[in-house]
Amino acid sequence: MGYLPTTPASESPLGDSGAGETPTGTSRPTARSDFWRYLGGRLSGAAVSMILVLFSAFFIFRIIGGDPVRAVVGDSPTTPEQRQEIRDRLGLDDPLGVQFWDYVKRVFTMDWGTSYVSTGAEVTDLMWARLPNTLLLTGTALILAAGLGVWIGARAGWKQGSMFEKTQVGISLTLWSAPTFWLGMIVIIVFSVKLGLFPVNGMRSARGVADGFLPELLDVAHHLVLPAFTMAAVIYAQYVLIMRSSIMEEKGNDYLTVAKAKGLRDDVVRRRHAVPNAMLPTVTLIALQFGAIFNGALLTETIFSWPGLGLLFYHAIKIPDIPLLQVLFIFFAGTTILANTLADILYRFLDPRVRRSA
Amino acid sequence: MSGTRPEDMRGTRPEGMNGDGTLRTARAIVWARRRAAMASFWRMYRAQRGGMFGLGLLLIITLITLLAPYYTDESELRASNAPGGRMEPPSSEFWFGTDQTGRSILLMVIWGARVSLQVGIVAAVLAVTMGTLIGMSAAHFGGWISWVLMRLTDWFIVLPSLVLAIALVMALGPSRTTIIIAIALTSWAGTARLVRAQTMAIEGRPYLERAKALGAGHWHQMSRHVLPNLMPLVLASATLQVSSAILSEASLSFLGLGDPSRFSWGTILQRAFLSGAISSGAWWYMLPPGLAILLVVLAFTLCGRAMETVLNPRLRGGK
Repeated sequence: MGYLPTTPASESPLGDSGAGETPTGTSRPTARSDFWRYLGGRLSGAAVSMILVLFSAFFIFRIIGGDPVRAVVGDSPTTPEQRQEIRDRLGLDDPLGVQFWDYVKRVFTMDWGTSYVSTGAEVTDLMWARLPNTLLLTGTALILAAGLGVWIGARAGWKQGSMFEKTQVGISLTLWSAPTFWLGMIVIIVFSVKLGLFPVNGMRSARGVADGFLPELLDVAHHLVLPAFTMAAVIYAQYVLIMRSSIMEEKGNDYLTVAKAKGLRDDVVRRRHAVPNAMLPTVTLIALQFGAIFNGALLTETIFSWPGLGLLFYHAIKIPDIPLLQVLFIFFAGTTILANTLADILYRFLDPRVRRSA
Repeated sequence: MSGTRPEDMRGTRPEGMNGDGTLRTARAIVWARRRAAMASFWRMYRAQRGGMFGLGLLLIITLITLLAPYYTDESELRASNAPGGRMEPPSSEFWFGTDQTGRSILLMVIWGARVSLQVGIVAAVLAVTMGTLIGMSAAHFGGWISWVLMRLTDWFIVLPSLVLAIALVMALGPSRTTIIIAIALTSWAGTARLVRAQTMAIEGRPYLERAKALGAGHWHQMSRHVLPNLMPLVLASATLQVSSAILSEASLSFLGLGDPSRFSWGTILQRAFLSGAISSGAWWYMLPPGLAILLVVLAFTLCGRAMETVLNPRLRGGK
């Protein structure tokens, strides 16, 4: 974040006058204190959101039906004393206030309890073990979708009304309308079952591969292709549509006419002038869509048995394994809030207009 | 937005100031203007091929769904009364084969439409109503009410909606009502933000100031001036919302949180997935319900986008 001190002083004086509390001060301290105030606002907003998440996580998962004791013991025979012992251990008979206080204490000690199923396993351990797999899948899908989506969307918006635009919008709308999990099922049937090109599910071959880093990497990559493309297909559509309308909004602006009048090629005008400006609203919208990525990951991982957080969540729903569901819920929500806050702050660096006027 | 409703710029007569005769005339004038606005809306809507395609698709799907009792036999949906064999591939009798109990997939998809469409539409209407009320209140009252409502809106916009909906359905117990509530609760926020911005734009117009000067209360301002102006936007938003609500319902049912008593398209896909239809290559089991979802969602999306284009001249045509 070494960007701040280099903010050109010449940029600020025009817009800052209203916000300046020190009338005689130069523009730079004002801009800086503005920034800190902005940052403080954002961070406290994120903190409030996070507290809301923690609250709702407690209450939602406290009232979920199903007998936790049964979930813990499974089908093995138990005496009433053993059941009572489990109830005591889980604190199920305590008053709600006491349970909530325990919960708050555990939030601060990062102790989220043990899973009902995988006997005694800390839910956080289960979660951290799966996290890299989810990051690999969502990261690949996101890069694919954002890269392709922004590129195609910019071209489509630029050539508004052309055959290319209409086809691309049609493709995007169709992809957006397809349920992720269904798309995954069809993709598996076509490419794995019928054509036999890719593995049906999982992340590594069950038979194992030759030892060594490269064969393993290739094996994982081979398994990654279908789920990554399935997940990317659905988010790709949103990026195309967002970028397209963003470019269309930008198109009427004078600076583009100037760029054209300078004799720049159409291609260059688009790439060098229109796209960077159209990227700004796109970045915000992409950040807002971040929560949707977890939705996609949940469904894609379920279909492809990709051993990530989504699959963990899916299996936890079936039990229901409440401590695990709770920690995953908090993780998904917390990550989304964090990502959005970062995007908001980043946006201020990217767009000098926001930096000046806020 | 001003382009589509020219009558708003002239303002309606305040009823209280006129005698009985003029009051009726004023209302008649308003309705004549609304009819004209509707006609011009339809004219612009008709010009859009995507929107007309979506509308046609919706009409066909509605007819198929509503007339289902007249050309199919509902009793064949019971597993005990299944007419076919296990997992039969498509044939002339069963166009899309049968499921693991021998029921016709096509029949299941036709009847599954009822739940999917019902949940989608009711949840969308609920979500848009909530979003409209919250957005309008946030814009109209300002101050701390607005602050609280907008923080809440932002919170709901940002959170992973499916994860939240799953948690809600699990907490309330799976049933059609809880699914509708869960979807509505997790999808109103976008509308609220949109409506807030639009309400603020409308409230800045002179005729609202005039109404206020003449003593119009909050309720009168909202119901007579703001809401009629919001209506086109709200309708477009509702149409788009139906498509995402149908997708959400399908996802929830697929994850096993659907209405246990009746099946929807998502439930059929869940059964296909759990029965191992993927590895046995039974494409006919999963193609029809998924295609049905895709077509309905696409149809609602196309209609909603066409409506938006009519309302927002910036999206129309161009250089």
